Amino acid sequence: MSAATAAAEPTADTGTRASAPVALRRAAARVATGIGVMWAAATVAYVVLHAMPGKIEDILVGDQTYPGAQEAVAAEWGLDRPPLVQYLDYLWRLAHGDLGTSYAMRQQVASVVGDQLWPTVQLTLAAAAVAVGLALAVAVGTAGRARPLRALASVAELVATSMPVYWLGILLLMVFSFGLGWFPLTADSGVASLVLPAVTLGLPMAGLLSQVLRESLEATLEQPFITTVRARGVGETLVRLRHALRHALAPVINLGGWMIGNLLGGAVITETVFGRPGLGAVTLTAVTNKDVPVVLAVVLLAAFAYVVISTLVDIVNLLIDPRLRTR
Amino acid sequence: MTTRRGPLRHTPTALCAALIAVLLLAAAFPGLFGAADPLRSSMPESLQAPSARHWFGTDLLGRDVFARVVHGARYSLLLGVAAMLISLVLGLLTGVLAGLSGRAADEAVARALDVVSAFPGVLLAMLVVVFTGPGVLNIAVAIGVSGVPKFARVIRAQTRSVRDAAYVTHAVVQGRGRGWILARHIAPNVLVAVPVIATIDIGTSIVAVSGLSFLGLGPQPPVPEWGVMLSEGRDILRTAWWAGLFPGLAMTVTVIAFTVVGRRLQLLLEGRTP
Repeated sequence: MSAATAAAEPTADTGTRASAPVALRRAAARVATGIGVMWAAATVAYVVLHAMPGKIEDILVGDQTYPGAQEAVAAEWGLDRPPLVQYLDYLWRLAHGDLGTSYAMRQQVASVVGDQLWPTVQLTLAAAAVAVGLALAVAVGTAGRARPLRALASVAELVATSMPVYWLGILLLMVFSFGLGWFPLTADSGVASLVLPAVTLGLPMAGLLSQVLRESLEATLEQPFITTVRARGVGETLVRLRHALRHALAPVINLGGWMIGNLLGGAVITETVFGRPGLGAVTLTAVTNKDVPVVLAVVLLAAFAYVVISTLVDIVNLLIDPRLRTR
Repeated sequence: MTTRRGPLRHTPTALCAALIAVLLLAAAFPGLFGAADPLRSSMPESLQAPSARHWFGTDLLGRDVFARVVHGARYSLLLGVAAMLISLVLGLLTGVLAGLSGRAADEAVARALDVVSAFPGVLLAMLVVVFTGPGVLNIAVAIGVSGVPKFARVIRAQTRSVRDAAYVTHAVVQGRGRGWILARHIAPNVLVAVPVIATIDIGTSIVAVSGLSFLGLGPQPPVPEWGVMLSEGRDILRTAWWAGLFPGLAMTVTVIAFTVVGRRLQLLLEGRTP
């Protein structure tokens, strides 16, 4: 960025006085909050696990009914220890990635979830990319433009945010897989099989993001510094992409981070629509089998993703908005 | 249309309000729409495309899709409204109590709400279903409970801004009792926001509840609920596009109608701040 541009934009101006220690302290505070959220989530999960009707040793014993079976299992799993010891032990093991044992599958939850993690992560990342890309394109293209264009965009956004993801998925399958045959029906044919699920999961998020981003962009385009930039003869596209977007992004980044953290919920449904492997199938089976440890593991994983993303978002905010660094 | 600044003076809003009226009619008196029996199957008529006889075609068992969509309005609306009411009542209690209590308690509730919003709503609802088991009412409870934080946050913020408003300070200075202030100032000004968030949330709740029934956790076939129908429609997509198209269309139109009316109410409400 040239010196002239820096002087024209208020944030870049104050940014020269940013002090690194303040930024570091803010980032550290953010990480501490994240750890606090994870601890709270883990504790709630522990309480839920023990609040389930029926004793855990009974569930673990299952159909085996020899005398003393319950006691043996309780001793093996450490369920005979005082609750506080069990709780601390649980936190300790959780911190080391041990998520407990599945009731239904009799194996480590970490390996059950781990096996199915990658397809879901792929889907979520692809959906986030679709959402952010579409929202940027639509918002930058339509903000402050002619009234019919904006009206068209806001109707499209309303429809995108109102559609149930499972119906959107069905429509896309109907048109592009059965109708036109552009995309495969099977879930295991590489990138091509990722396109429709990613669009399905990403489109509603794109609708909401682009709504908020356009409002923010329109407010920014009214700012005096934009007039200054225009007065220097900078073209409209460059004004939007290089000058207005950076300011308009700040309020949208938080919303975007929260939505990406929440994509995991929609991913469960999207995977079912497309018959994709992943955490969706794992969670659904676990819910029908009352396999509490597995459901809790997925919920904790969601909380973890949320914490990581919102921490990253705050750090990105510190980077793009120098004003935050000086406070 | 009246000349006053009413909520219906805006054409799209009026249209959406009319749509909601039609939906309520369909939910209350499905017979009015000339719909056949949604459960009557007729194998010779299986998988027929839309025609004058079957407007929306027939499904795998030869049931009339139009009849099922019309009768489905009752299930989807009832479940969505029930879930919304559960979120609303619990969120109202939490939000008002937090907003009126001391700094420490309020801060604790706010943090707790932050933690809960770290979880995707669908997963929270599925966790509730683990406890309650699948079922028609259970999924409404699950979605209702998972929606409490969003209501509680709005209500808490509203309560705090009303509490700190000049007219409340004025009433305190005048020596009014707590009960009088609560009934006269706080309750009406907090409650004024409720119809707006409730209306907007009905759409969201309908989609969320039907999502759980799409996953097979709610009402079971042959119930003509839109989520169940979409799940059945998904399996016969190759041969019968109509079975997957119309229930989702009905749901999307419903959500749009509630959202548009809700947003209009919000715009009208924003004119008056607490």
